[in-house]
Amino acid sequence: MTSKEEWPLLEVKNLHASISTTKGNIIPVNSISYSIKPGEIVALVGESGSGKSVSALSIMRLNAPEIKYKSGSVINYKGKNLLELKEKEMRRLRGNEISMIFQDPMFSLNPVHRIGKQIAETVKLHRKVTPKEAKDIVLDLLKKVGIPDPERRMSNYPHQLSGGMRQRVMIAMALACQPTLLIADEPTTALDVTIQAQILTLIRNLQEETGISVLLITHDLGVVAEIADRVLVMYCGKIVEEGTVDELFENPLHPYTKGLMASVPELSEHSKRRLETIPGSVPNPLELPKGCNFCDRCPYASEECGEKEPVLTKASAESDRQVACWYPLGKKGEINHYAKTSNFS
Amino acid sequence: MFFKFLLRRLIYVIPTLLITTLVVFSFILLIPGDPVVALLGENATPEKIAQMREQLGLNDPILVQYGNWLLHAIHGDLGKSIFTGQPVFEAVTGRLAVTFQLVFISMLVSVGLGMFFAITSVYFPNSVMDYIARFISILGASLPNFWVAMLLVVFFSLTLNWLPATGFISITENTAGFFKTVLLPAISLGAVGMAVITRHLRSSLLEVMGADFVRTAYSKGVSRWRSIFNHGLRNAMLPVVTTIGIGFGNAIGGTVVIETIFAIPGTGQLAVNSILQRDFTMLQGVVLILIVLVIIINFITDIVYALLDPRIEY
Amino acid sequence: MSIKEVMRRFRSERLAFVSFIFLLIISIVAIFAPLITPYNPNAQNLSNILANPSFSHWMGTDNLGRDIFSRVIMGTRTAIQASLFAIIIPLSIGVPIGIIAGYLGGIIDDIFMRIVDAIIAIPGILLALGITAALGISLWNAMIAIGIVAIPQFARLARGQTLQVRTEPYVESAKISGAGPIWTMFKHIIPNISPPVLVQASVNISFAVLAETSLSFLGMGAQSPQISWGSMIQQAYSMINLNPWLIVYPGVATALTVMAGNFVGDGLRVAIDPKLKKL
Repeated sequence: MTSKEEWPLLEVKNLHASISTTKGNIIPVNSISYSIKPGEIVALVGESGSGKSVSALSIMRLNAPEIKYKSGSVINYKGKNLLELKEKEMRRLRGNEISMIFQDPMFSLNPVHRIGKQIAETVKLHRKVTPKEAKDIVLDLLKKVGIPDPERRMSNYPHQLSGGMRQRVMIAMALACQPTLLIADEPTTALDVTIQAQILTLIRNLQEETGISVLLITHDLGVVAEIADRVLVMYCGKIVEEGTVDELFENPLHPYTKGLMASVPELSEHSKRRLETIPGSVPNPLELPKGCNFCDRCPYASEECGEKEPVLTKASAESDRQVACWYPLGKKGEINHYAKTSNFS
Repeated sequence: MFFKFLLRRLIYVIPTLLITTLVVFSFILLIPGDPVVALLGENATPEKIAQMREQLGLNDPILVQYGNWLLHAIHGDLGKSIFTGQPVFEAVTGRLAVTFQLVFISMLVSVGLGMFFAITSVYFPNSVMDYIARFISILGASLPNFWVAMLLVVFFSLTLNWLPATGFISITENTAGFFKTVLLPAISLGAVGMAVITRHLRSSLLEVMGADFVRTAYSKGVSRWRSIFNHGLRNAMLPVVTTIGIGFGNAIGGTVVIETIFAIPGTGQLAVNSILQRDFTMLQGVVLILIVLVIIINFITDIVYALLDPRIEY
Repeated sequence: MSIKEVMRRFRSERLAFVSFIFLLIISIVAIFAPLITPYNPNAQNLSNILANPSFSHWMGTDNLGRDIFSRVIMGTRTAIQASLFAIIIPLSIGVPIGIIAGYLGGIIDDIFMRIVDAIIAIPGILLALGITAALGISLWNAMIAIGIVAIPQFARLARGQTLQVRTEPYVESAKISGAGPIWTMFKHIIPNISPPVLVQASVNISFAVLAETSLSFLGMGAQSPQISWGSMIQQAYSMINLNPWLIVYPGVATALTVMAGNFVGDGLRVAIDPKLKKL
């Protein structure tokens, strides 16, 4: 608790991103704050449309130009506000200190360049290296991410590799300059289940080896349980719950988190239970419900929930857990005494 | 591997060659009435007509006629000009170098300027250059090439007196003279192609720049300029390669008009003259050789496409 | 998608719709040209040659004192006629060939596709030139040639659409329930190929006008006293030292008509497939 290790590497404060459309303003990210410490794996969880990808891309400043950040939004990386950097300074960070891997390795690699060349490009952009050194670095990286026969593979084109291999190449590319922060945007979603586990194991192993911080964006709590240290749950552009993985899985406080957990197929002991889903769907971002954005889908919502919006507050004195809910759930998912009975039964 | 691929594509070209040559050959069937009378005029003597029939082999069945003609054509014998008696093959190939120089420069104009406009338009969206590029890509494709030629002549030759309005000097004779004489015809010939390439490459590049792998490139720290040149362009060029191939064909067709306007002694001018002189064998020969040229270019386009796209297996 | 739906969306494509109106006006002008022209377009007036534009001669006169405006108006006839040829000939020959080949499939289709691909490879102007030369030089023959050149494109289009429609589940089920080929053709195939054929037809207006003016320019289309914008430009070119303005009027008329055809084609394409809009 005392060492400078605990000092946040990345600190996001009041990040607010909006797009104005002809039908009105959409706010994919609505004043969220969180931080990532060195060596930590933080998962940002939510359904599609929850704003998790936009908030991740704003760290890289790679959102579409239509997306505007409200003044007061801060993304501090090592004490510098990334949103205020010049494009050229930002470019020096991308791929060098902060790098990113994406959902679909099928489309994320350039189809007309050999993979060796694509990995080497990252190195050449940020380091002064001879072609020979670049090649050695590429070979080393390919070995590290578990690609067999790297000497031959580096002259392959992306279409000659399997999906899992391509994602390994993406990881190699992201780690080429030994960055301090890796943003992984749904890194396993497009892959087969067996390959998913391999890629997650690889990310975890590489994290332990290099001490890199990881921001993992996913909709899949199974993935979170696998590798994350801390979890942020996002809903409609806001963080609704935050806690360590253990705390969260032990005792979800927000009904939405509980719903997400219930909808993960589990293969453990009590797998007899029915696979539940959250009723309804993510609200239209142009017509967000008043009060708590989740109240329309929440089995425990009271009238009050539809009027006043809960803010993210500390859930207990002894831990860093936070939740944005008027009626947080009790231990073991029991309904807390305030809550009304379900109106979905 | 690549050689085999080349061979396979080459075999694919053969039916195209056969069909197009058959089309060219069957022009003669379209001549209303007795083709020989049509060729020689109403006043020709019966002996002359009979001799012509024999020379053209018109007494044989049509497929035999075609076979014979093709066999001769393969050996470089396209018959003799009805008008001058000169061997057609020599007449055409003698003028081919001129046309080739003109078409080559015009393609440089259309590909070079087309790429320039498309790239600057994508790099500077909503800038003056972007609007110019969009304007050109809409307008250029609709302008008749002979009209563009005249506007250029009025401006650069008659008003400014910078470049000659007619004539042609081969590059082998005088380089400066070549560029002076070739510039206006090449621009007139390449204008349409330039517009089409600008339009096609621009839309293709815009689409590619929104692709995931370009976002990956940005995430590596690549600059916008580099992302266009290193990552976007080669992908965006793929569909445009075909457009360039078609543009080549159109430019070869366009020489018929442009060479007439600028009095350039190439194959296009030869084609027009032979029609006006009712020199049908000559016309057949010119059209045949030009079409073979177009087919060769299409073949090269195919190969270039395969070389540019690693996803195509040889 | 129904033609009605396409038309509704087409109307919201402003540039294309204006171009369509322009073509409509040109067509009406072409029909009533002799009533519109202020002068006999071929009447010479050697006392008033190469006159500048004035109130009595809006676009001036040419080297024989003929009224340019009247000649440009008469030129619409030739241009529109060529366009009609370039639509009607391929529509009545190319489309049926394409439908039959696509419907029958198999070896007939293979052979047909080879032939069509080969002919499409020949630059249109060369093919038109060759056919005109063989048929004999006249405006009529030039227009026939232009029509013939357009056949393969229509055939290929019709074939592609037929192939696509043929495998649609509703056509398959119609076949199973005993619908004959003629019924299928009229009920399903013709309505489905209409939109893309419409696009091709409007683009062909551009091609026809360009080809007609080019051939007339080379002296292989309109013969005096027939009037074409192409031959007007050619005549104006010989006077270019005396009055360069003469090439402007017929040239602008040609360019505008060609452009209008292209715009209508683009607009229709977007109306049929709204995804193309962004490009």
